[in-house]
Amino acid sequence: MFSDFSLDFIIFGIMPYVALTVLVVGTIARYERDPYTWKSSSSQLLRRKQLIMGSVLFHVGILTVFFGHLAGLFTPVWVLDALGIPYALKQWLAVLVGGTAGIFALIGATMLLHRRLTDPRIRATSSFADIGILSLIWLQLLIGLLTITQTLQHMDGAEMVRFMTWSQSVVTWNLNAWAMVVDVHWLYKLHIFLGLLITLLFPFTRLVHMISAPIRYLWRPGYQVVRSRRQVPLSSAKADVSANTPAE
Amino acid sequence: MRVRAQIGMVLNLDKCIGCHTCSVTCKNVWTSRDGVEYAWFNNVETKPGLGYPTDWENQDRWNGGWIRTKAGRLEPKQGAKWRILSNIFGNPDLPEIDDYYEPFDFDYDHLKSAPEMKAFPTARPFSKITGERIEKIEKGPNWEEILGGEFSKRAEDYNFEGIQKEIYGEYENTFMMYLPRLCEHCLNPTCAASCPSGAIYKREEDGIVLIDQEKCRGWRMCVSGCPYKKVYYNWESGKSEKCTLCYPRIESGNPTVCSETCVGRIRYLGVMLYDADKIEAAANAPETTDLYDAQLGVFLDPGDPDVIRAARADGIPEDWIKGAQESPIWKMAMDWKVAFPLHPEYRTLPMVWYIPPLSPIQNAAEAGKIGTDGDMPDVQSLRIPVKYLANMLTAGDEAPVVTALERMLAMRAYMRAKTVGGVLDESIAEHVGLSGAMIEDMYKIMALADYEDRFVIPTTHREQVEEAYDLRGGCGFTDTNGCSPGISKGSLFGGKKKPLKMPEAM
Repeated sequence: MFSDFSLDFIIFGIMPYVALTVLVVGTIARYERDPYTWKSSSSQLLRRKQLIMGSVLFHVGILTVFFGHLAGLFTPVWVLDALGIPYALKQWLAVLVGGTAGIFALIGATMLLHRRLTDPRIRATSSFADIGILSLIWLQLLIGLLTITQTLQHMDGAEMVRFMTWSQSVVTWNLNAWAMVVDVHWLYKLHIFLGLLITLLFPFTRLVHMISAPIRYLWRPGYQVVRSRRQVPLSSAKADVSANTPAE
Repeated sequence: MRVRAQIGMVLNLDKCIGCHTCSVTCKNVWTSRDGVEYAWFNNVETKPGLGYPTDWENQDRWNGGWIRTKAGRLEPKQGAKWRILSNIFGNPDLPEIDDYYEPFDFDYDHLKSAPEMKAFPTARPFSKITGERIEKIEKGPNWEEILGGEFSKRAEDYNFEGIQKEIYGEYENTFMMYLPRLCEHCLNPTCAASCPSGAIYKREEDGIVLIDQEKCRGWRMCVSGCPYKKVYYNWESGKSEKCTLCYPRIESGNPTVCSETCVGRIRYLGVMLYDADKIEAAANAPETTDLYDAQLGVFLDPGDPDVIRAARADGIPEDWIKGAQESPIWKMAMDWKVAFPLHPEYRTLPMVWYIPPLSPIQNAAEAGKIGTDGDMPDVQSLRIPVKYLANMLTAGDEAPVVTALERMLAMRAYMRAKTVGGVLDESIAEHVGLSGAMIEDMYKIMALADYEDRFVIPTTHREQVEEAYDLRGGCGFTDTNGCSPGISKGSLFGGKKKPLKMPEAM
C-alpha cells in the first residue's frame, strides 16, 4: 500500500481519517474540558450593519449546501437505482440547488468577511481563528461554485457517482478508495482538500456552535425553566417537574 | 397549590438620593471585566428620561416582555418559539452597543508620560473595544443625570403616555426622580423563556434567575426578550450575563452588594411565598391594568395555616417560612400596599418592587397655600404627576398609586402629630385605611429602616441537598474550568490567554 505513496494518497486516503478523528475526539474534548468556550461568538452587539443580511444569507445558503452534500454524497448508489432516479437528473438537481444556495452563501460570506476585516470594532475583537475559518469557508464556497464550470461539461453524472463512491468507501473503511479520485480536475481536488481541512479545524473554531443548533427548543415543554437542588423530586409536584434539570 | 419561596426586593424611591453607590459597588464586584464594561447590572436613571439603554421602556421598539395574543395565549413579544429560532442568524430586536454606550476609558498615562509641552497634558478618551481615540463621547452610562439634556429628548419618556407633557418642560413645573434598576428576578421571566439553549433558569429555592455560563451559546435572544434590558451580552466571552442577586451573599444570609452599600437605606430584601401554579394565569390577565392585582393574587399569606402546611409539604424550610412571616417585602407590598412592580404590563411578574416617591407640593408657593384634601395635602397636587408614576408602576392605573402616596403622607402627618404635638391622631390613620399601630410599624420599617428590619434573609440550606463530605477539598467558585485557579495559559479551543494580574511578592 505504501509503495505508491503520493500526495493524492495522503489527501484522499489518509486525511479523511485524520480529519474525522480530530473532529470527533477534539469536539468531545472541547465540550468536556472547556464548555465555557463553546459558543456562537455573535458580534451583532458591536455592529449590526451588514450582519443581519450577511448572516442570514450565509447561514441559509451554507446549511442548504451542507445538507445537500451530506445527502448527495452519502446516499448509496443502489438507492438511486432502486428509486429509478437517473444520475443526470440528480446532478442537475445538485447543480441548480447547490449553485443557488452556494451563491447566497458566497454573497453572505463576502459581506461577513468584509465586515470582519474592515469594521474597526469587529476587527479588533476577532481572533486569528475567527478570521481564518471565515476566509477558508469563503474560499471553499468560491471553489465549490467554480467546480460547477467543470461539472457542466459532463452532465451524465458519472463524475458525481465517482465522488459518491469515494465518500462512501471512506466511511466503509475501503482504504483503496483514494485511487478513484486521483484523475479528477484539480478544482475538485482542492475543494475536497479544503473540506477536509475545515473538518479538521472544526473543534478549534467557533464552528462548534453548529452542533448546538437549539432545535430542541421547539419541543421544550412550556416556556419556563426552573432548576431544583432536590435530589428526589417532590411527589406532590406536578406540571413542570419534567422541565427540571439538576442544578449542578 | 405549589408553594415556592422567592427573595424579593423593594426600593423606597422616596429616599433615593441618586448617589449611584449601588451601581458603583455592583460594578466593582461583578462587571469590572473585559466585555462587560458597558454593562451595569445595577444602574440609576434620572426620570423623566430615556434611560439606559436608550428608550428601553418602549416595547413597540424593542419587543421585550410578553404579549397576550388575540387567541388569549401568552407568548414572548419578540415571537413564539419558532419565530425566535427563525431570527437566530440575525436578531432584529437586539440593541447595538451604541444604544447603551461605547465603553471608554481615559489615557491617564499621558498625564505623567507626556513630554514638556506648551499646553497642559490631558487624558483623552479612547474606546475600550477598539482601543482607538474617541474624539467626542456621545453617550455614557448615566447620560441624563439630573435631567441633563433638553426637554424635547427626555419628553420621549414612555411614562409620559396620556399626559399633557408640554407644561413639564417649563422650568417652574419641572420634576424629577431617581429610578435604580436591576434584574427583576421575575416570576415569569421572558429571558429564560426566550433562551433557545435553556441556559437561563429560575432557582426553585430562592427564585434567583441565573445564566448557566457553560450552557449559554450566545444566541442572544435573552437580551431582546428581557423588557428591562437587564441581560447583557458579553462581547468578549460571547456569553450573556446578568445580575445574580449576589447569590453567594444571599445564600449565606447577607444582603446583595447594592443593598448593603445603599447609603439612603432604601433597599429591602425578604422572602415572599408564592403559588407556582398561579403564575401563568396571572401573567395572562386580560387587561394590563389587572396585572398588578393578579400578581398580588400569586403571593401566599405566610400567616395562613393552610399555606404553612402546604409550604412544609413542598419542602420550604422552617426558617424560610418564618422569614416570610417577618418579610418587609410582604408588609410593603401586601399589608400597606405602598410598593409596586415596575411595569407590570410587560407580564413578567417582576419581583423588584418600588415605593413611589413623594415630591414637593406643586404651585404651593405661587398659590399662597397648599391644596389639601381634608387634613392632608392632595396627592394630585404633588409635583410628580400621579399618572407618570402610574404608567411606571401600575400600567397606568392611578388609584393604587394615590392610595400609596396618601398613606406615606399620612405616616408623616401622624408621626408629626405624635412627636411635635404629642397627640396620637387615629383619624389620620383611619382616613387612609390603616391603624395607628400599622403606621408606627410603617415608620419603623420605612423611615427608621434599621439593618435588621430591611434585610430578613434566611440562609440557604445547602446541607440538605449536598453531602458536605464530598465537597471537602473542593474548589468553590472557579472560572468554570474544573478546579482551575483562574490562571489559564490559554487553551487549544480559544479560551482566555490573559492571566489574572495578581500582586507580586515584594
